[in-house]
Amino acid sequence: MTEPAAPAPVAAAPSRSDSVVTRLLPPLGMLAAVLAVWYFISYVIMNENRRRVALPAPHTVLNDGFFTWDERKGLRPILDSMLTTGRVALTGLVIATILGMLAAIAMNRAKWIESAIFPYAVLIQTLPILALVPIIKIWFGAGLFSRTIACVLIAIFPIIVNTLFGLKSAERAHHDLFTLHGASQTTRLTKLELPGALPAIFTGLRIAAGGCVIGAIVGDFFFRQGAIGIGRVIDNYQKDNRAAELFAAAIVSSLFGIVIFVVFGTVANRVLRNWHESARGEM
Amino acid sequence: MTFPDGTHALDDVSFGIRRGEFVTVVGPSGCGKSTLLRIASGLATQSAGSCTIDRESIGYVFQDATLLPWRTVRRNVELLGELHEMPAADLQGKVADAIELVGLKGHEDKYPKQLSGGMKMRCSLARSLVMKPSVFLFDEPFGALDEITRERLNDELLSLFRHENFAGLFITHSIAEAVFLSTRVLVMSARPGKIIDDIPIPFAYPRVHDIRYSPEFAEISGRISHGLKEAHS
Repeated sequence: MTEPAAPAPVAAAPSRSDSVVTRLLPPLGMLAAVLAVWYFISYVIMNENRRRVALPAPHTVLNDGFFTWDERKGLRPILDSMLTTGRVALTGLVIATILGMLAAIAMNRAKWIESAIFPYAVLIQTLPILALVPIIKIWFGAGLFSRTIACVLIAIFPIIVNTLFGLKSAERAHHDLFTLHGASQTTRLTKLELPGALPAIFTGLRIAAGGCVIGAIVGDFFFRQGAIGIGRVIDNYQKDNRAAELFAAAIVSSLFGIVIFVVFGTVANRVLRNWHESARGEM
Repeated sequence: MTFPDGTHALDDVSFGIRRGEFVTVVGPSGCGKSTLLRIASGLATQSAGSCTIDRESIGYVFQDATLLPWRTVRRNVELLGELHEMPAADLQGKVADAIELVGLKGHEDKYPKQLSGGMKMRCSLARSLVMKPSVFLFDEPFGALDEITRERLNDELLSLFRHENFAGLFITHSIAEAVFLSTRVLVMSARPGKIIDDIPIPFAYPRVHDIRYSPEFAEISGRISHGLKEAHS
């Protein structure tokens, strides 16, 4: 939505504000309902001093988790660790994107490369990442590098599959046109197949980015050397019964996931809006 | 022409086209008309016989406009020049000329999805015109357009033909289109395609819209229609 929130000219105002109200009312109402249930559970069901720690009230989460700024408590350690985790996730995403696209390009060029790589790409996808953690630890230690590898392992499959699908989606008539005019394989790739694959590549990127965030947080739990990531902070707060900050950390990590998703969606829209059906003027 | 799967698509097809000649092939669906063009262009290789053509200078207009959707009109028209590594300065002028010639001036920065079917076809024609081809191959290019747009594009194609003096090989289902455009019409039988009639079209160029309603036009159309009917039975 890009429509301004500022009041529109009087004549247009009724319908405009009507549509804004009808659009905003359901999600806001839902939020109010969730908060009401949250308070109810926190104050009535989890009676005072007994189990409130399982569900601190919303304002406690805000006060202790977001409006406290200190070296060791409140928002600061959460943001610091989120930054570390975010860096790991983005590094993993960049590596997975480069490797995945190169693999897809090679697979698109020769059938034998495709049949050589594809089963193992599927294998990587089906391996449970937690089962690989000990092996990664033995090979690469328990630092940031291992966390990055976990991200790459999660992200590379959607990149490969979507890029390959996109490269193969070029129409036969377009290929004929390039053949008629003596285009080389490289020209075909850069002027026909890659631009045509962009919508699919963006789809892959979006899936991979979500996977990278999860991979980096999981990595925080298990690879505990080096800078502390948000997963580790969440783990610590859970052990120390710091419920309000635990909730705040969980919320911040979800917000990070949402930001990544929105950023990729916006970039894809910008790039594709002139020509592709999936991209329209709005989000 | 026999394909590896045993499909016998073309049989005993023999003709030549000079510059300034516009030959149209009409025939029932699946008679091998498209195969003929694919052989002529080099996209397919014939299983027997020979095909001599100046392959360096072919314009090929497909059934669809086959524009690249991520390129604007101008960038689409530039494509073939890029593929042939034409110098940029040279290309710019030719692109502008071609766009003007097909009447797309003012639409250079539009994307294909903003164009009508007729405009897409014009853009496709402009793309080929940039290369100044001496041979133009048309694979039912106007089949998907409505009748009015089709007739207008027929008129424009004829003026391009007069202007550029290429050798044209045109494929269509439409008898009226064939007669209106061509210096010569070849009628093909059902598969395996054979040429069963070869009709010179006597109308002088430039041809006006109204020749479609002359008795002579009707007579030639009738002859083609009869030929096709016999080919089917």
